Amino acid sequence: MEWIDSYGLSLATFLPVAGAVVLLLLPVGADGLLKLVGTVFSGLALVVGVLVVARFDYAGAGEIQLEVNATWIPQIEASYHIGIDGISLPLFALSLLVSFLCMIYCWFHIPEPGKTKAFLSLILLLETGMTGTFVALDLILFFIFFEVVLVPMYFLIGIWGGSRRQYAAVKFFLYTLFGSIFMLLGFLAIFFQGSSFDMIALRNNPPLASGTLQNIIFVGLFLGFAVKVPMWPFHTWLPDAHTEAPTVGSVLLAAIMLKMGTYGFIRIAYPILPDAAMYFGPVIGILAVIAIIYGALCCFAQTDLKRLIAFSSVGHMGFVMLGIATLTDRGINGAIFGMVAHGLITGMLFFLAGSMHERYHTREIAALGGMLQQIPRFGALLVYSAIASLGLPGLAGFWGEMLALLGSYQPGGGLDPFLFRILMIGGGIGTVLTAGYLLWTLQRVAMGSIPEKFAAGHNIPDVRPLEWMAWSPLLVLILAAGVYPKLVLGVTDEAVQTLLGAFGG
Amino acid sequence: MDLLAQGLQLGSSVDWHAVAPDVILTVTACVVLVADLFLADRSKWLAMPLSAAGIVVTLVAVVSLAGQRRTTLGGAYEIDSFALLLKGVFCIIGLMVLAISFNYFRTGVRFQGEYYFLMLCSLLGGLVMSSARDLITVFIAIELISVPGFVMTGLRKNDAKSNEAALKFFLFGVLSTAVMLYGMSLIYGVTGHTLLSGIRAALVVGRDLSPAARSAVGISVPGDPIIVLSVFFIIVGFAFKISAVPFHFWAPDTYEGAPSPVAAFLSTASKIGGFVGLLVLMFTAFPDVADVWRPVFAVLATATMTVGNLIALRQRHIIRLLAYSGIAQSGYILVTFALIDPASPAVNSQALESALVYISIYAVMDLGAFAAAIAFARRGGTYFIDDYAGLWQRSPVLATLLAGFMLSLAGAPPMAGAWAKLFVFLAAINAQVYWLAVVMGANAVIAAFYYLAIVRRMFLEPPEIEGPVEVPFLLRTAMGAAALALFVAFIYPPIITTLAGGSIF
Repeated sequence: MEWIDSYGLSLATFLPVAGAVVLLLLPVGADGLLKLVGTVFSGLALVVGVLVVARFDYAGAGEIQLEVNATWIPQIEASYHIGIDGISLPLFALSLLVSFLCMIYCWFHIPEPGKTKAFLSLILLLETGMTGTFVALDLILFFIFFEVVLVPMYFLIGIWGGSRRQYAAVKFFLYTLFGSIFMLLGFLAIFFQGSSFDMIALRNNPPLASGTLQNIIFVGLFLGFAVKVPMWPFHTWLPDAHTEAPTVGSVLLAAIMLKMGTYGFIRIAYPILPDAAMYFGPVIGILAVIAIIYGALCCFAQTDLKRLIAFSSVGHMGFVMLGIATLTDRGINGAIFGMVAHGLITGMLFFLAGSMHERYHTREIAALGGMLQQIPRFGALLVYSAIASLGLPGLAGFWGEMLALLGSYQPGGGLDPFLFRILMIGGGIGTVLTAGYLLWTLQRVAMGSIPEKFAAGHNIPDVRPLEWMAWSPLLVLILAAGVYPKLVLGVTDEAVQTLLGAFGG
Repeated sequence: MDLLAQGLQLGSSVDWHAVAPDVILTVTACVVLVADLFLADRSKWLAMPLSAAGIVVTLVAVVSLAGQRRTTLGGAYEIDSFALLLKGVFCIIGLMVLAISFNYFRTGVRFQGEYYFLMLCSLLGGLVMSSARDLITVFIAIELISVPGFVMTGLRKNDAKSNEAALKFFLFGVLSTAVMLYGMSLIYGVTGHTLLSGIRAALVVGRDLSPAARSAVGISVPGDPIIVLSVFFIIVGFAFKISAVPFHFWAPDTYEGAPSPVAAFLSTASKIGGFVGLLVLMFTAFPDVADVWRPVFAVLATATMTVGNLIALRQRHIIRLLAYSGIAQSGYILVTFALIDPASPAVNSQALESALVYISIYAVMDLGAFAAAIAFARRGGTYFIDDYAGLWQRSPVLATLLAGFMLSLAGAPPMAGAWAKLFVFLAAINAQVYWLAVVMGANAVIAAFYYLAIVRRMFLEPPEIEGPVEVPFLLRTAMGAAALALFVAFIYPPIITTLAGGSIF
């Protein structure tokens, strides 16, 4: 398995886009063949990903492994530098897994207006962009992958989306583009200060002394990543994009693309600009808690189930950002755990919302009801995922939030403990609100009586075999990560310690 | 007898290998002109394969010179990596324009043979310009590029718009030539040289001498009004050719009125010819008096980018849109001139390199966009952007290719246009001309609006007319090759940057 060391990451990253090229060469009408080819390429990437996970040396998870560093654009000293450590491994694996599951889901449902070939090609292109983001160790390479996801997602929303798709697609595109321009300026500024685009070299020798310049650059990176996360008040594209996107688009957006922002903070902004990270720590913490409470309150007001899940993401990503802001090993470990958990749970919830829409042709919470009676298995899955989302101990959602709150009790990096304890209380209130709106939603959707509209004569199918196939890995992982959190924390901890080295331990 | 002897001596002193590409192209042009006389009307199209073969052989001759450095005609004509790269670019433009023109001229417009002859002559001007290192050679080259252009623009004799376009182009062209020639004659009068290296040396001598000694040798100071005036005249003359604001008025009308393939040629070959002339003059003759003219270019670049983009926002006719977008693109290239620093060879070589990268990539993406517009107009006969609605559902391949060219022009991944902008951007930051970098960044955002508006129209809006747009084989090949080249250059930019990077005079 020597080849995994040098080619594993590249293969996992580029097999999907190779699949997209193959798809383009196939005839338009052959839906079955197109789906098969798409699934095979995505599956191959997943297999390579599993081999990478197996090959990874967990004892040295703090170090970059499976590293490749080749010349790429010598004129600007950008290199093809990729590698993986304990922070990126879970996200790398998650993006390959979720993309593959989306491919399976596509077998029985391609949204209107069809066009299987284009739809699958775009998902494969998206997969390459997402996976590449998590393995890139060169700022320019990272930027390219970060941007590559923009175009396919724009089309996925704009062509296959709901009724307000054009508005949502353009809003998504402009917000993200706006953020990335400042991010690119930040990268260039780092380059001219440290004369390198290499994230690891820059991490080991942060090029900037603390001061105004570092703070300005941090703000640039912050804008790029915060829009992607999205942090309050940059979140307004998210409810529209999530609601209008087709099911797999929402799943990929929620499960993986949002993590690109938080990952950017952990991988780039914090280690390379540590002083600015400490300087802005309180601001980020406060914004995070605002997002937690604001997201939860908005959820109470939603009538559309998909939009509700979208707003719940704002809150959950708030916990992730709070964990990062604490600058403690608990907080950051919790943040990475939270990213993975949110990816699994919210991905699952969007799958369910999509399938529900396809069954009932509505997502209005008021119009639904009695799901546990009518389609008991589907209803049970909804209850399971929603309860995981509210952070029930024993399921994945719990640990991320718990660790983030725990971390804010005693923040690191010289941050003010008093402020963060207040933030902790705010976050605690957020968890209660989260439990509140999710249980209320379950009460309205899963319980109660079946509405007359769907009661008689409507054959609403329960969970289909293909849906089981696409969903069971997520369901199992939600439980596994909840019962045995070391599954994620065991991988991340070493790497988090390395990261915290920059903040005086 | 004396003259004959001189001629013979000159003939034997010419380095025929160095001038081989130009000679081959000259012969091709003559052969095409003569062959056209003897071809029957229905086989006049043979002029096109004949021209293409000639350009291919020219390209072979260019490649055979790779890596060499030769000087001939007493220093007026030089082969170096700069010249070779640009000759290559001109040959590729020639081949693409032939592919775009074929179906257009075969059906509809008469004067096929004449058109190909004129185009080859104009292209020859570009080849000569790449090697010209002497005022007179530069002048001949720019005339050789322009004069056939006037005639080509008016080829649609019975169309009033075509006539108007040709007349406008002619009047502006002649005026600018006159101004340029006046500037050149002044420079010759002051320095006593037509060779660019001689002019540079004379200006340096003038700079380093004491006032008394200067008046003794009769050479002016760099800041001397006469030098300022003559350099300014030359810049104004070229500014017309490259349609820089405020000398751009002719371009949109001329492009719209001219046969569309001619517009494609004018906006690439003819414009690039002007840029090459400017590069040669500014970097080899006048770099030491850069203090005089650098601000002029900073103003020109800012005005050209901003005005071009702002007016492009309001265009509804695709050729006019491309004309204004081409003006804005000229602005980005002009930025590189505003970076020149007599004291810093590193900054200068980076500026030159980024200009060459931009020019090469611009040629391919702009021709691609023109090809797509021409392909679209073949069926509907319309150039209005509104009619592009839903093109994706009618002709997915054409829509995707055009979207690719638009993304590239906008400077977005995954197309090479992203590197073109980034390199100029980096050069500006490296030269510490930050404000131009900011202006450029702001303009890139404005430009994204109108480029992406076309993409949105094609992909997200429903079609008003049904039925695919049939694209002839040659047009398809040209567009496919251009898109592929842009994509490959995006993945691995060194294929251009190494060629451009080695370019020194």
